[in-house]
Amino acid sequence: MSSTAIPVGRIIRFALLSLGALMILAPYIFMISTAGKTQSDIFTSSLALIPQHFYFAENFAKAFAKVPMATLLWNGVVVCGLIFFFQVVVAIPCAYAMAKLKFRAARLMMVLVMLGLLVPIHATALPLYVAFDRMSLLNSYTSLVAPFTISVFAIFMFLQFFRAMPDDLLHAARLDGMSELGIVARVIVPNAWPAVTAFAIFSVVAHWNDLYWPLIVVSKQAYATPPLGLMYFRAAEAGDDYGALMAATLIITLPLVAAFLLAQKRFVEGITMTGLKG
Amino acid sequence: MSSVVLAGNVASAAALRARSEDRTAWLLAAPAIALLLLFVLLPVAAVIFLGFTDFELGYGKFRFVGFENYAHLLNDRTFRRSLWNTSVYTAMVAPVSIVLGLGVALLIEGEGRARGFFRTVYFLPVASLIVAMATVWQYIFHPTIGPLNALLSLAGIPGPNWLGASNTVLYSLSIIGIWQSVGFNMVLFLAGLTAIPRELYAAAHVDGAKSALDRFFLVTWPMLGPTTLFVVTISITNAVKVFETVKMLTDGGPNKASEVLLFTIYQEGFVYLRVGYASAMTVVFLAILVVLMLLQYRVLDRRVHYT
Repeated sequence: MSSTAIPVGRIIRFALLSLGALMILAPYIFMISTAGKTQSDIFTSSLALIPQHFYFAENFAKAFAKVPMATLLWNGVVVCGLIFFFQVVVAIPCAYAMAKLKFRAARLMMVLVMLGLLVPIHATALPLYVAFDRMSLLNSYTSLVAPFTISVFAIFMFLQFFRAMPDDLLHAARLDGMSELGIVARVIVPNAWPAVTAFAIFSVVAHWNDLYWPLIVVSKQAYATPPLGLMYFRAAEAGDDYGALMAATLIITLPLVAAFLLAQKRFVEGITMTGLKG
Repeated sequence: MSSVVLAGNVASAAALRARSEDRTAWLLAAPAIALLLLFVLLPVAAVIFLGFTDFELGYGKFRFVGFENYAHLLNDRTFRRSLWNTSVYTAMVAPVSIVLGLGVALLIEGEGRARGFFRTVYFLPVASLIVAMATVWQYIFHPTIGPLNALLSLAGIPGPNWLGASNTVLYSLSIIGIWQSVGFNMVLFLAGLTAIPRELYAAAHVDGAKSALDRFFLVTWPMLGPTTLFVVTISITNAVKVFETVKMLTDGGPNKASEVLLFTIYQEGFVYLRVGYASAMTVVFLAILVVLMLLQYRVLDRRVHYT
């Protein structure tokens, strides 16, 4: 290999990566820039990235005035929080039983879990919708949360994590006279922390972003999640006040992106560990 | 004699313990089993059942129609269009985002100082609200005030009506889909790359694989096999499940040019409330997912047998 080949290769590599990065970042750049433009600015100079008149405050005010941002974000937090809580509380004991106890139905459970992995909410939505409609549960946190309280993916993930845990730990706890539930709460959960955070990231990203199910069960703004609220806003604005629309978009995108930037390493670990999305 | 009794006692004590452990296991798994039945198995059974009925929400009665819904699906132009569009979308998004994801992962893997920065940037779309970013893309694709066409007109090219014309809408949606999934695939490939032992590259070098390309085909590609299979399956499944961007930006239009499977099911079931007919469509959707999974196992099997 010649000595000049290395720098040239490096430069090409860097240039390619930068070009790609620019394309990935372009929507974000335009989002921020447009959120600070006046209507006339938007219509005349779409390529100018720096607004002629700084209109950020006005656009954000408009977004906050027309969309109940606080409600949307609150709904998002409540729904994602409840879903995550139930998923973990239901999945951990089940995964523990399958991984560490003499459980005669473990095989059968494994088959159920594998089958469950295959079935997305889109496939079960119709009967669930009919059932929630019959029970007058549409437009409620219950209907938003209930179908996701069981996550076969969580069971699958925790199962693999628990299998790798040493049995000695459990024997010691049993000799100390701990009940199985006590073992789950005081030995398993504290040790399963990496798996729990990884799953938390997966679960929150999936449900914060989900539009399909909220769109089906919610028709009132009081229960709208962030994606749904943004859809209402866009429909109400007839899609031409791009300044305010971009401001609203920015506010709604920010929480998760900020969380990602702060806890990047965990995010990437979480996604690779879970290897799934949406 | 006494030793036999003793052994019997020990055995029955062990059996007793095993039985009590089994009971505890059932108790611990009970909530999960109950919810699994309620929210997964029962609804799937119900969808299959409803697919054979003419059930409509709002009407009390329904009757069995056998395979009528499925017969109808065969001749339903919207549904056929929808299947075709979903295939075209998948055929564009999955391969391109896989190849780009692998390319970016390889480039980043070799990068030194800026590695963390690039990884963050490429991964950003995965952490962003797709519904929100879709509206940004709508602005970028806007035929008159959008920056993309402004850029094209600088170069003297008349820009198309990206999301508004039936011959470009699927491509525009695919661009958004690719933008969204490259980073995700990259992260999975990066994880696969770091798992390859360094010694293999040294060994390949000794064996005469001097160029980077040789090393790629001799070491990287075969070692990445399982990761690639995983990325391929997940990319295809995710592309088949495209819904958000379509619902947000095109509503299946113009002229059903961006009608995709989940959108059609959504329209039939939740807008027109023809639950029976939409259930039949859902069964087709599930069948596609099952076939994809079987294909994945098939490939995995072959790998195990022949290497």
